[in-house]
Amino acid sequence: MKLSVNGTVHDLDIEPEMPLLWVLRDELNIKGPKFGCGIAACGACTVHVDGEPVRSCTLPIGDVDGEVTTIEAIGSDDSLHAVQQAWIEEQVPQCGYCQSGQIMSAVALLQDIPNPSDADIDDAMSGNLCRCGTYPRIRAAIKRAATANMEA
Amino acid sequence: MRAQQENPKRSRLGKIARRTFLIGTGAIAGGLAIGYYFYQRDFDNPLLSDQDKGESTFNPFVKIAADNTITIIVPRAEMGQGVTTTLAALVAEELDIALDAVIVEHGPASSAYLNQAMLIDSAPVPAFDDSFTAGGYRGSMEILSRFLAIQATGGSSSTVDAFEKMRFAGCAAREVLKQAAAEKFDVSPAALVTENGRVEDPVSGLSATYGELAASAATMSPPADMQLRTRSQWKLLGKSQPRTDIRQKVTGAPIFGIDVELPDMVYATVKMNPHLGGRVNSIDARQAEDMKGVIKVVPIESQTGNGFAIIADNSWRAFQAAEAVNVDWGPAPYPADSAQITARLREAMQSGDRFSLREVGDPDKAFANSTPDQILEAEYEVPFLAHATMEPMNATARLKDGKLDIWAPNQSPTIIRSVCASVANLDSDQVHVHTTFMGGGFGRRAEVDFSIYATKLAMLTDGRPVKVTWTREEDTTHDTYRPAALARYRALLNDQGLPTALHAAVAAPSVTASVIGRTYPSLPMAGPDKTLIEGAYDQPYAIDNVRIDAAKADIAVPVGFWRSVGNSYNAFMQESFLDEIAASTGKDPLALRLELSKSWPVATQLLEKVAQMAHWGEKLPNGRAQGIAFTLSFGTWVAQIVQVREIDGSIKIEKVWCVADPGEVLDPAIFKAQMVSGIIFGLSSATGQEITFSEGMVEQSNFHDFDAMRMNQCPAIEVEILENSPHMGGAGEPGTPPSIPALANAIFALNAKRIRQLPLSREVDFA
Ligand code: FES
Ligand code: FES
Repeated sequence: MKLSVNGTVHDLDIEPEMPLLWVLRDELNIKGPKFGCGIAACGACTVHVDGEPVRSCTLPIGDVDGEVTTIEAIGSDDSLHAVQQAWIEEQVPQCGYCQSGQIMSAVALLQDIPNPSDADIDDAMSGNLCRCGTYPRIRAAIKRAATANMEA
Repeated sequence: MRAQQENPKRSRLGKIARRTFLIGTGAIAGGLAIGYYFYQRDFDNPLLSDQDKGESTFNPFVKIAADNTITIIVPRAEMGQGVTTTLAALVAEELDIALDAVIVEHGPASSAYLNQAMLIDSAPVPAFDDSFTAGGYRGSMEILSRFLAIQATGGSSSTVDAFEKMRFAGCAAREVLKQAAAEKFDVSPAALVTENGRVEDPVSGLSATYGELAASAATMSPPADMQLRTRSQWKLLGKSQPRTDIRQKVTGAPIFGIDVELPDMVYATVKMNPHLGGRVNSIDARQAEDMKGVIKVVPIESQTGNGFAIIADNSWRAFQAAEAVNVDWGPAPYPADSAQITARLREAMQSGDRFSLREVGDPDKAFANSTPDQILEAEYEVPFLAHATMEPMNATARLKDGKLDIWAPNQSPTIIRSVCASVANLDSDQVHVHTTFMGGGFGRRAEVDFSIYATKLAMLTDGRPVKVTWTREEDTTHDTYRPAALARYRALLNDQGLPTALHAAVAAPSVTASVIGRTYPSLPMAGPDKTLIEGAYDQPYAIDNVRIDAAKADIAVPVGFWRSVGNSYNAFMQESFLDEIAASTGKDPLALRLELSKSWPVATQLLEKVAQMAHWGEKLPNGRAQGIAFTLSFGTWVAQIVQVREIDGSIKIEKVWCVADPGEVLDPAIFKAQMVSGIIFGLSSATGQEITFSEGMVEQSNFHDFDAMRMNQCPAIEVEILENSPHMGGAGEPGTPPSIPALANAIFALNAKRIRQLPLSREVDFA
C-alpha cells in the first residue's frame, strides 16, 4: 500500500483498518499528530488530506485517498507558517498537547475563509478540545493570522 | 488584623501535632526514622555525576560549558503552567543573561530539588493567619519537608518555593564567575560587572565569557554575603516573558512522554480491572495472543491495580488485542453504584466521627440558644470528577544491565524513583527518571500507577524499552478522581441579615489517605486530612461563631489531587451558601461579602475591584444576570463575577471578570493565562462533568460523555492582578474554585433557581 505523507511516498505493508494516526506515529515516527481520544472527539490528531482537515484517529489507512500533510510540513525551520507565527505572537500554547491539532484546524479554516468571523471560528474550532483553556488566545491568534493574510 | 479570637482550649491542633507529623494534608503516624543530622544536611549536586565534557556545574541549577552553552535546570513539571519560563528567569535574572540565550532542562530526579513550599502550605492553618502559632505549624512543615525531600510539582507552589532558592543559584554562579575573572585580570571582584554572558572590567576594558571562566569558577566558593538583585534592578522578573518552550509547541515537536521513541522499542497498553482495586479471577488471552503484532500478554498485579498488558509492535495493535481478551474481574471494594455511594457519604456526614481544624467562638452553643426561624440550612452535593488530561497516561521504561530508566510525564520524580526501585528490586540510585513535557497534569500525574506498569513490563522484555500508552477509555475509567462530597451548612442570622454563627459538616473520602495508601502501602495513615475542608474552614470571613466539621467517608474509590483539591468543592458549597444567606434577607451578595471580610483589606480591595470591572449592581439588559464568588486558596486571593445570558431556554456564559492577588507576580502574562485556564477548568466541571458508578464501574469513558468546555462555549475573560497581599501565592489552582459558585450564583440571579448539586447541567441546559 502506498501512502504519501509530507511529500514522501511510503510503501507500507499494513492492515488497511489501522487508523492513519497510528501509521504516522508508530510506523513512520511522525509524532506531530497527537493521540487524545481515538473516537474523533478531541481533534488532537488532526491532519490534512489534500488540504482538508481530518481526524486521523478514525480514518483507516485503507481509506486515505490523497496527500497527507502533518504539522511537520506546514512551515519550515527558517520560515514558520503564518498561523504558527501568530500562535507565537499570541503565546497561545500552555501544555501544548492539543496545539498541533488546533493549528491544523486553523490553517484549514483560513484556507477556506481568509477572514473568519467569530461564528466561523466557533464552527471550525469547536471540535478541537483544549484542557488548558487556551481558547481566548487561539481566537486572537486566528484573527491575527487572518490580518497578516490580508496584508500579505 | 483579625476581629475574632480562636478558642485555644477547643482547638485540636495541639493534640494532632503532638501525636503525628502532618504530611501533605493528612498525617502519618510514626514509620519514618529521621534524625537531626538528616535535616541539617546539604543535598549533593546531582549534576556532578552527569557532566558532559567541557561542562562545569555550580550548584544543582546551573551548568556552563566551555563553548558558552548555559543550561538552567528547572526541576518542576511543565504541564502548561509556564513554570519552565518563570523559574528559568529567576536564575537568568541573577546571571545577567537573556532567556533566549540559555537552554532549559528538567534535570534528574533528586532530593536537591525538594519542594518545601508545597509542604509548608499544607500546614493546617488559614493562609491569612500570621499568628505566632500558625508560624509554628509552618515551621514544623518546613523541617519535615527537608526530612522527606520530595521533588514534586503541585499545590501551586513552584514559584513560591523557587523564588529565593533559584535566584541565589544564579547569584552564586555569577559571583564565582566574577572571582575567576578577578584572578585572571588581577583586580578585585567588586570592580567587575556582568552582562550578556560576560564578565567585564570597566576600567581596563578586559573581559571574558562565562564559558572561558566556568572551569576555574566552578572550583571556587561564593562569598557568604552575596547580594541578590533588588527589585528595581530586575530586567526579566515582573515582566511578561515569551515562553521558552513555545517553538517546540507550535511545530508539533516530540516532547511529550507519549512521543518517546527508542531503538528496539516495543509498544504496550494496559487494561486494569474496571472494578477499581478488584482482583483478576481469570484471564483468557488465547485469541489476543494470535493477533497480528502481539508479542505477549502479561498479567499485572500491583499496589495500584490488577489487570493485564498487551505487548505488541504497534500501540494500536495492542489496543485491538486488549479488546479481545476475556477476563473474569473480581468485585470492587466500594459500594456498587452512585446512589449507594451517596448513602455512604450521608452516613459519614451524620456520624459523630469528625474532625475540625479551627473553631471561633462556640457555634454549638449559639445554635442551641436560637429559634428555628433564625436558622438557614442547605445541603450541597458534588460528584467524582476525572482529570481528563489531554495526553492520556503513559510511561516508557527500560531495564537493562541492572539499570532502570523511566521516561514519564510526571509530577513526582523522586517518589516514582523510590516506588519503582522497590517494584524492580533495585536501589534508588539504579533508577533514572526522565521527566518529559506533559500534556496536562492537574494533579493526575503526581500518581505512580503508569510508571509502575511500565516498570513491570520492562522486567519482561529482555532489555528492550517498552512504551505503555493507555487508551482514553482506560484513562477515564482508571483515574484517581476528585472525590464526591456532601455537606450540610447552617447559619444563624441576626436582625441585619448577617450570620452570627456558621457551621457545616462536610463528608468525603480522604484524598491524602487514598494517595498515600496506594503510593506507600506500608505507611500507616492517621489523623485529619485538611483537603476535606480547605476552601471552607480557612476563608477570611469574620463570623462570631464558626466551625467546619469534616468526616472522612469510608469509600474505597481511588481519589486524588484534582486541580485545587478540596477547594474545588468547598468553595462551591460555602460561596453558594453565602449567596443563600444574602438572598434570604434581601442583601446584596457583594455587600454581604464586603461586610464579612472587612478586617482583611486584601479581600475587600479585590471585591471592590472586580465589582467595578463588571459594573456590578447596574441594570443589565433583559435575560442577563451576574453572580459573584471569592476564594482564598494556595495563598492567592481571587474574586470572580460571572455573567450569564438566557438564549432560547439555554444558558450562555457570556463573560467572566477575575481579580487575583498573589502578593507578587513574576510574569503577568503567564499568571493571567493560569487564571483563565483555571476558570475554564472550573466552568467545564460545573457545566457538565460527572463520574458516576454502576455495577462497581465508572460509567463514563471518553470525551463524548465526559467532555469539557469548547471554543464555542468559552466566555470572554478579563483578568486583573493586585499585589497587596503580604505573601507570595500560587497560580495554577486558585483560579478554579470561585468560578463554580460564581456561575451557580449567576444562575440564581437569572432565574431564582438555586442549584445545590453539581454539575449544574442536572437542572439547566447550557448553550
Ligand atoms: S485523537 Fe483523534 S479526535 Fe481525538
Ligand atoms: S494547551 Fe494544553 S490541552 Fe491545549
